Amino acid sequence: MRRRSFLKIAGLSLAGSVPAARALTGSPRTEPAPEAVRGKRWAMVVDQGKCLTKPGCQVCLEACHRAHNVPTVPDPRHEVKWVWKERLANVFPERVTPYVPAQVKDRPVVVLCNHCDNPPCVRVCPTEATWKRPDGIVMMDEHRCIGCRYCITGCPYGARSFNFEDPRPHLKGEPTDYPTRTKGVVEKCTFCAERLAEGRPPACVEACDALGVRAITFGDAADPGSAVSALLRTQDLARRKPSLGTSPHVFYVL
Amino acid sequence: MHDTGKVLVGLAVFAGVATGPAWYGLGRGKGQPPELAKPVGGATQCIEPTSVMRARHMEILNQWRDAVVRGDQRIYVASDGQRHRMSLTGTCLRCHAEPAKFCIKCHEYAGVEAFCWDCHQQKPRVVTAFRGAAGGEP
Repeated sequence: MRRRSFLKIAGLSLAGSVPAARALTGSPRTEPAPEAVRGKRWAMVVDQGKCLTKPGCQVCLEACHRAHNVPTVPDPRHEVKWVWKERLANVFPERVTPYVPAQVKDRPVVVLCNHCDNPPCVRVCPTEATWKRPDGIVMMDEHRCIGCRYCITGCPYGARSFNFEDPRPHLKGEPTDYPTRTKGVVEKCTFCAERLAEGRPPACVEACDALGVRAITFGDAADPGSAVSALLRTQDLARRKPSLGTSPHVFYVL
Repeated sequence: MHDTGKVLVGLAVFAGVATGPAWYGLGRGKGQPPELAKPVGGATQCIEPTSVMRARHMEILNQWRDAVVRGDQRIYVASDGQRHRMSLTGTCLRCHAEPAKFCIKCHEYAGVEAFCWDCHQQKPRVVTAFRGAAGGEP
């Protein structure tokens, strides 16, 4: 064989092997759910004025923790939470002056993962178990979490919890379809990615709306027609620790 | 040849040790593959042909996992064109209703540890269709 023809055949077979290998391995076809709601940039607005009309109300927290089988661990050091209430002075330390009365400082604020534009948890995760979806959701892949807890250290909002023990004995009532987590992984709010895929709003929003309080608005900040975007354009909304540059996408009407 | 006897004894001991696990398994009643629970609910075929499922269910489950969690894809288009919601609890367990009598039983026999059930619920749920199915699991 001549050098020239050898090179020709070698080149051709190399070029042909790529599609052949593709065809053999056959990537399976998958589709998004037809009923899913899609957004370009999911965001949430919590209206404190409305929320405080129901003192001691826990429906959003309970709805979320029930939907996602979040355990109620008695030991506070091992506590797991996706959404909870925190005192105002802790949520907005930069906004509270020394002269604010104690009862204002102690007002409860609903807090959760902020689904930041620039999430520090994602930067530090060594396995890409947490990452930012194109629609803005900071997602968790529990299959890939190795429990290193860098993300917990990275998050300036304390929005992440570690499973120091098996969560299953601490579930209240009959578990829902949602998988529980296991000992040794980190978890947090996912903006109800699984419900959005079914065309349903996040569990906390649904629960608050069902009560008629409607303190939580969820929607696409990139869609000018959405309720969230109307609030964003017309009101002076607060974000937690904006000076850190994380650009949280949970906003507050204070 | 001076040491034929010793060599033969040595070989016998070696063969015994090397095949020991197999004898141990046979002694513990692992000679036959386990009897697995038949699918419930009258379905005659899995999402792919049985031979494919037997050989490649782990690959399919891994693809489902990544597609759902990381790709936000929810529907699997099988080779026969049928669409299925990618959900372990919502789809697989509809027919293989008791993992303890199917998945876990065979995995125990094969000595392959699967830790799906550490998180995923074993209780089968009734999901009739993928469209608008309430309580579908990611």
